[in-house]
This record gives sequence, structure tokens and C-alpha cells, in this order.
Amino acid sequence: MAEKASIVLESGTVDKLMAGSIIVSGAVANGMDVNVFVTFWALMEMRKNAPENTKLGPEGKGMEKQLFSLMKEKKVPSWKETLKQAAEVGNVHVYGCAMFADLMGIRKEDLDPMVEDVIGVSQFVDMAKDSKMTLFI
Amino acid sequence: MAVEESVKADKIIDARGSFCPGPLMELIKAYKQAKVGEVLSVYSTDSGTKKDAAAWISKSGNELVGVFDRNGYYEIIMRKVK
Repeated sequence: MAEKASIVLESGTVDKLMAGSIIVSGAVANGMDVNVFVTFWALMEMRKNAPENTKLGPEGKGMEKQLFSLMKEKKVPSWKETLKQAAEVGNVHVYGCAMFADLMGIRKEDLDPMVEDVIGVSQFVDMAKDSKMTLFI
Repeated sequence: MAVEESVKADKIIDARGSFCPGPLMELIKAYKQAKVGEVLSVYSTDSGTKKDAAAWISKSGNELVGVFDRNGYYEIIMRKVK
């Protein structure tokens, strides 16, 4: 059976989301099955109608303009595209967090189709407990 | 004749301009569709791919034909063994 990686995406800033989706790709390249649990601000960004994301974490304050224009110029794929590509290459399952979805009134159909289900934390921990790698980003 | 010149790629994946992990992911996609014995070549301008792709090729039990500096980009050539 393939080794498992379990990753929680919590931050909704582009730097963290990109890092997370690139690590998912790296896990897939290493033959791992990946479960991604999307919660809080990352779940907000996973909504179909989320506005264009131009947020960076605190260290990136003031760098937004420069970074995003460089990314556009160099045609860097968005974190969502990177995550989708990883799911095409390997076994990636993306789940939304039921608690935060309930809190914010987000329904499964409001989320990007790559989110295959909205599940509770216990179900995710059950999937994650025998993972080789767990990350909270 | 140099080794690399004697190996003809069955498929070339031109991933120049694509960022990490793009070139490696495109190589893996092509690998999945390829038949055993086929030679795949990936072009990349991303410096990380040179090491990442070479490591993936060896680790996945395939044959790394070579990594070549092609004056402005890298060419990584593999043969599908399994």
C-alpha cells in the first residue's frame, strides 16, 4: 500500500497555499497518497466565488505588488492549478472542514469541484493517523 | 558518438518556462502514458527539476539516461523500465 501524507491547509495567504500545493505535488511524485483537509482561511479561498487572492502572510507585507506582478509575468500557475495537476498525476483527496463550512454557511456546492467532500475532523484524523508525513500549513 | 546523441527520445516534454513542480509533474504524466522501453526527454528551465527529476527517475526504478546542460535549459532523459 502506498505511503500516506496528510496535510491541513489553514492559511489563506498565497504564499502558504502555494507552498502547500507544491508540497502535495512533491508527495505525489514520491508515490504517496495525499489527503488534504482545508479549513478556515484556506477554505474561504476554496470557494468558487472567492475574489482574486492577493494576500500574503505578515513577512510579505509590502511585497504584494512586486510578487504578484512577477508571478503573472513568469506565468507561475496558481496554487489551485498546482493542486489540480498533482491530483491528475497521483492520488490526492481534498476535503473541506465541516465545522468551518457550517460556521460560515459554506455548502459543498459553493466549493471548487476538487473538494470531494465536506467532512469532520475526526474522519480526517482517522485518515491521517497512520500517515508518514503530516503538515499543518 | 556521445551517449546522449545515440539515444533518441520517443517523446519530448517541453516544460521550459514552467515552474517547480511543473516539469517533473509533466514528466510523470507522460511516463504514465508511455510504454516500457520508451525514452522520454524533458526540457526545463527550472533549476530544481534537474535534481528532482533525476532523483524521481532513479527512485521509481527507471533508467536515467542523462542530465544535460543545453545552453539555457536542462534536458533530462529517461527510459521507462517499469
